[in-house]
Amino acid sequence: MSVRTVSQLQKGEKAIIRSFTDRVMSLKLLEMGCVPGCEVRLDAVAPLGDPICINVGGCYSLSLRLNEASTIEIE
Amino acid sequence: MKQENIKIALVGNPNAGKSTLFNALTGLRQKTGNFPGVTVEKKSGTFRLAGSNGSADRDVTVVDLPGTYSVYPKSADEGVVMDILANPKHPDHPAVVVVVVDASNLQRNLLLFTEISDLGIPTILALNMLDVAASMKLTVNAVQLAMQLNVPVVKINARTSEGIPGLQQAIRQVVEKTEKPAQKYFYVPKGNEPALIEEVRALHALDNDYVALQYVCQHDNFSFLAQPVRAKLDSLIEKYAFDETGFLADETIARYKTIKPIVEKSVKSEGATEQPLWTRKLDKILLHPLWGYVTFALILMVIFQAIFAWASYPMDWLDENTASFISWVKEVLPKGVLNDLITDGVLAGIGGVIIFIPQIAILFGLVSILEESGYMARVMVIMDKVMRRFGLNGRSVVPLISGVACAVPAIMTTRSISSRHERLLTILVTPIMSCSARLPIYSILIALIIPSTKVLGIFNMQGLVLFGLYFLGLGGALASAWILSLFIKRTEPGYFMLEMPTYKVPRWGHVGFMMYDSVKSFVLEAGKVILAISIILWVLSSYGPGDHMEVAEQQAVRAMSQAPEEEVAAAVASARLESSYAGNFGRFIEPVIRPLGYDWKIGIALLASFAAREVFVGTMATIYSISGDSEDVLTVKERLMQEKNDLGGVMYTPAVCYSLLIFYVFAMMCMSTIAVVYRETHGWKWPLIQLGYLMVLAYVSAFAVYQLMS
Repeated sequence: MSVRTVSQLQKGEKAIIRSFTDRVMSLKLLEMGCVPGCEVRLDAVAPLGDPICINVGGCYSLSLRLNEASTIEIE
Repeated sequence: MKQENIKIALVGNPNAGKSTLFNALTGLRQKTGNFPGVTVEKKSGTFRLAGSNGSADRDVTVVDLPGTYSVYPKSADEGVVMDILANPKHPDHPAVVVVVVDASNLQRNLLLFTEISDLGIPTILALNMLDVAASMKLTVNAVQLAMQLNVPVVKINARTSEGIPGLQQAIRQVVEKTEKPAQKYFYVPKGNEPALIEEVRALHALDNDYVALQYVCQHDNFSFLAQPVRAKLDSLIEKYAFDETGFLADETIARYKTIKPIVEKSVKSEGATEQPLWTRKLDKILLHPLWGYVTFALILMVIFQAIFAWASYPMDWLDENTASFISWVKEVLPKGVLNDLITDGVLAGIGGVIIFIPQIAILFGLVSILEESGYMARVMVIMDKVMRRFGLNGRSVVPLISGVACAVPAIMTTRSISSRHERLLTILVTPIMSCSARLPIYSILIALIIPSTKVLGIFNMQGLVLFGLYFLGLGGALASAWILSLFIKRTEPGYFMLEMPTYKVPRWGHVGFMMYDSVKSFVLEAGKVILAISIILWVLSSYGPGDHMEVAEQQAVRAMSQAPEEEVAAAVASARLESSYAGNFGRFIEPVIRPLGYDWKIGIALLASFAAREVFVGTMATIYSISGDSEDVLTVKERLMQEKNDLGGVMYTPAVCYSLLIFYVFAMMCMSTIAVVYRETHGWKWPLIQLGYLMVLAYVSAFAVYQLMS
């Protein structure tokens, strides 16, 4: 089975960040507090299915596009 | 000798409460300007620091730096932060940096803090939003945090101004400290980084390792480094085979490793943390597939109702009072050329725009409430996919909505869009959004042709037509973006990634300040232009080449010899205007604008409004008060209603009014916008392309409307 990413989360589902697939995107994600080992949860999906809002470490809500979310691998 | 002001800078993540702290520190002693050399908005202010132990009071200058998540900029406005902090010679380089930190999200906020602290500038940590943290069942031990971080930590609540005296005292202590405290570094260079740092430090006489690393990583963003210096740094990067992206990721992860135990020691949490309940509940509605858009549409409708229906009461009052004020001045001052210049020229022009103060105040007030409350971020989320279809970004919503107030600050806010392509498109189409300067034109023409009846019991017909015009502007902007995106090649992928702030009750004082500030700059900026143009226009329309005006007057008198006295006077005034310099001017361009339904008088106003749209109404007021009966002063609207065309019919027919309305929806009649696009795109190419396509669009649409309706 291939590795799942944040873009495949179901609404309300929680997961732990494992790694990133895009080097440039990972920098921005790290700065926004998405650190490997951190728990994320899919909170909301925008009306047209994209972007999505994830809760990062219980701290705050981050909105990102599906193609950005698909660079975050989860376990 | 007067002591120089102490300079401090506020730094922090977006939404950490930096601007709120700035307002709490400076109150009304603040001003808005630009950072030298760039168009990023700079807010600075002053406050007085009370002396202690016999030392004198000191004045402090505070600069509010753009919000950022790290010292590595992702967009143009974030670049300003390091350009100032890494350059001790910069006029805004601070003696003390206050890092504002959101206590409810300490780990991520401390990343920026540790970076700033490593730069070696004395730093104070202002711990904000402890109330939000408490609602998330988090308690932060400030003493423990101060010990761990080796800097003063001050608990504040920026919204209620709690802890401000404590912060001021901490600033005082840091400034007065004669010896520098031992620097604690949160990132320790490894591998061959120390050798590279050593070489850069020697080359640039730097006393700080992390500043040297910044020279390596972002010298292209540093405006204070000359090209040869940058080239030399590039060769060093090559010499040491320094991998920038890899380094940045490693550094950030290393910092989080250092931060983690610090957060664990100083933050206690009871159970799982969660965002405040009402934020989650509100998001359920405002991001809902149906209710999300319904709410957004309703909010927009309320805005337009407000600026048309509610604003009409103070506007009518102002309108009547300016008219009676002008006739009072006319009577009091001795008759003559000076009287005419002041009343028909200056006061008529100024009066034409002063009545729009209520609309502008309401508009800016409502837009700032949307931003303050945190709702704007939700709008970006629900609009991102729609915007992407047109080649734009969810973030383009803010410039587009701000464009409803004024295109100049709106274009400046595009600096937060990191993709060059999406930013350029947003800049090119923002001026199509109907700005507040068009409002005077819309209001007067709508009032002329649309009855003020109620539709469905609640909506005012005039308000709906106004809404339609704004909607046309929005549609025009999106369609243009889509067409332009076919021609402008995309060079990099755009990205969105946006923090969703918790919902907050707007700070009403701040909203009030925004309203005051916008009205002030509107009256001053527009007033200056209008004053100058009114005077020029008055001169040009009161004097003519040679004896043309006298000849025209005699001809009019002769032709009208049988008519009653009043009509003769009106005919004489009109004939004189027509043969004046301005009249000749208008006549000259009349063939071009005739197909749109305009006469030479409108032509004069069109030409004058090339400087700025708001001049249009003022110009009309000046033109018609010169050509009209000089004894009683009418409001501009009354004058337009009485205006006759060449055939003796009503001049302002629906066809002419709609044609003018459509023309002004699209036309780029604003020098300031052209200037700001020139500055933002670094050249004349884009502003000229923009001016060209918008003028063609305006002309063709107005032509089509007039020909179809008449």
